[in-house]
Amino acid sequence: MPPLDPHALRRDFPILERTVNGKPLAYLDSAASSQKPLQVLEAMREYYTQHHANVHRGAHTLSVEATEAYEAARAAVARFVGAPDPRSLVFTRNATEAINLVAASWGRTNLHAGDEVVLTIAEHHANLVPWHFLKRERGIVIRPVGLTPEGRVDMEAFEAALTDRTRLVTTFHMSNVLGAVNPVRRMADLAHAAGAAMLVDGAQAAPHLPVDVTALACDFYAFSGHKMLGPTGIGALWARPEVLDAMPPFLGGGEMIRKVDVDDSTYADIPMRFEAGTPAIAEAVGFAAAVAYLERVGLDAVHAHDRALLAYALERMHALDGVTLYGPEGEDRGGIVAFNVDGVHPHDVATALDLEGIAVRAGHHCAQPLARSLGVTATVRASFYLTTTTEEIDRLVAAVTRARDHFAAFV
Amino acid sequence: MLENLYKDVILEHYKRPRNHGPVEPHTHEEEGFNPVCGDELTLYLDVHDGKVQDVGFVGEGCAISQAAASMMTDAIKGETVERALTLARAFRTMIQGGEVDPALGDLQLLQGISRLHARVKCATLPWVTLERALAEEAGPLQDAAPGASAADGVVE
Repeated sequence: MPPLDPHALRRDFPILERTVNGKPLAYLDSAASSQKPLQVLEAMREYYTQHHANVHRGAHTLSVEATEAYEAARAAVARFVGAPDPRSLVFTRNATEAINLVAASWGRTNLHAGDEVVLTIAEHHANLVPWHFLKRERGIVIRPVGLTPEGRVDMEAFEAALTDRTRLVTTFHMSNVLGAVNPVRRMADLAHAAGAAMLVDGAQAAPHLPVDVTALACDFYAFSGHKMLGPTGIGALWARPEVLDAMPPFLGGGEMIRKVDVDDSTYADIPMRFEAGTPAIAEAVGFAAAVAYLERVGLDAVHAHDRALLAYALERMHALDGVTLYGPEGEDRGGIVAFNVDGVHPHDVATALDLEGIAVRAGHHCAQPLARSLGVTATVRASFYLTTTTEEIDRLVAAVTRARDHFAAFV
Repeated sequence: MLENLYKDVILEHYKRPRNHGPVEPHTHEEEGFNPVCGDELTLYLDVHDGKVQDVGFVGEGCAISQAAASMMTDAIKGETVERALTLARAFRTMIQGGEVDPALGDLQLLQGISRLHARVKCATLPWVTLERALAEEAGPLQDAAPGASAADGVVE
């Protein structure tokens, strides 16, 4: 497998030529949202200039072409996560909506007062808040599992959290703050042995790791297009077809119905049952183009590139005095570096970096319980992807050093 | 550019803030929070005879919010309520890229933040908190500053 060449790939991403505050952009915020290659933009443009009409109904040629483009996108995205049956892939607005769909539809049918949902303290808010709604609405019990000091899910605590009341285990595939990769297969097997279903938040992992939902043995997998070179406004929920088939609708309206009377309606088969209203057709086409781009580069190559950059970044950051790094440092870690600088608030670090054209994120990263467990209100987060270069990491380190020194001049 | 924004005087106020600590007795106590940064602030005021006799603050947050709070307390201590609120309006105008009122004195050193939209709410946090604290005092003086809108207010 040839290593990917980020310099060559950068030519596909015109935004990376931008300057920010007079400096060349160093975009180290892919974990928040990835940039888009021309191929994705061109696919969407081609759709709108040649094929657009509304899908699934319509008796004319353009509507047939639009429908074929949309359904081909579904099949491509399903194949990308190793799902053999495209009927098991529902397009949503993003991973957040996908998780909300499971909570609202599967959750309301299967979770009752006293039933337990096991998750970790490191979840993104998208995989916490929907369960809080169910807790308020029907008294489910949330069982949070903590982390080891190294920043991995405490597997002993995880096993201990599984009881005969556990109905759902839900957790991240890759943490958006720590970069930690969960042993999903092992967790899914334990969940199933306890009689619980397994939901995986794949928002951060799907862009960076090969995903095979069959090998992971999960029941649900949620992911977002915009984090994996696709446009905003499109994501997906994969679910095992027999599970999806038993679920009631999420949103109601056109497209998801079979028969509608004034006072009642019946609903479509999967996946249409879960896609109400006109979908984000062009975005689905863009999502499929993103998937095609990643398949051409190769997810193994992407992962290897992330790992190489991570090793380089950790080496350089560990050499800096006054910098605290978070997250495990083994094989089970993606290209995300959360850190703090002694004596400099994370937002001041982010501003110092922004003044150098370096884009990072600072704050709780939609993971407040995790921040609290780390004993901080905020961290700085740099994240890497297939266009990141070692030069950008060098610039990051230089700017962090400069910020540290500037603030340290005042004791 | 880092040095332009985080000038010596700003770092001085951040590392050794003025009027830091609660004020006893106080007539006003007001909390402010900036969800963008996680900056927190509690402002204490002792207002008598229409004047801010004493002022103090307790807080946690980024250099810009804490320095702005410290510099604000320096600027309003001993001033009339009317003057304090006039300074608040002038500061918010400057930070939003509007004209710079020389009456702002040292506060003009924070002008660079007007170019960093991501940090404007950090700088205005103490002032917005002050305006909320003095809302009853203000009466007809409390008009919106030019260009100010609900979006300037702290979301809490």
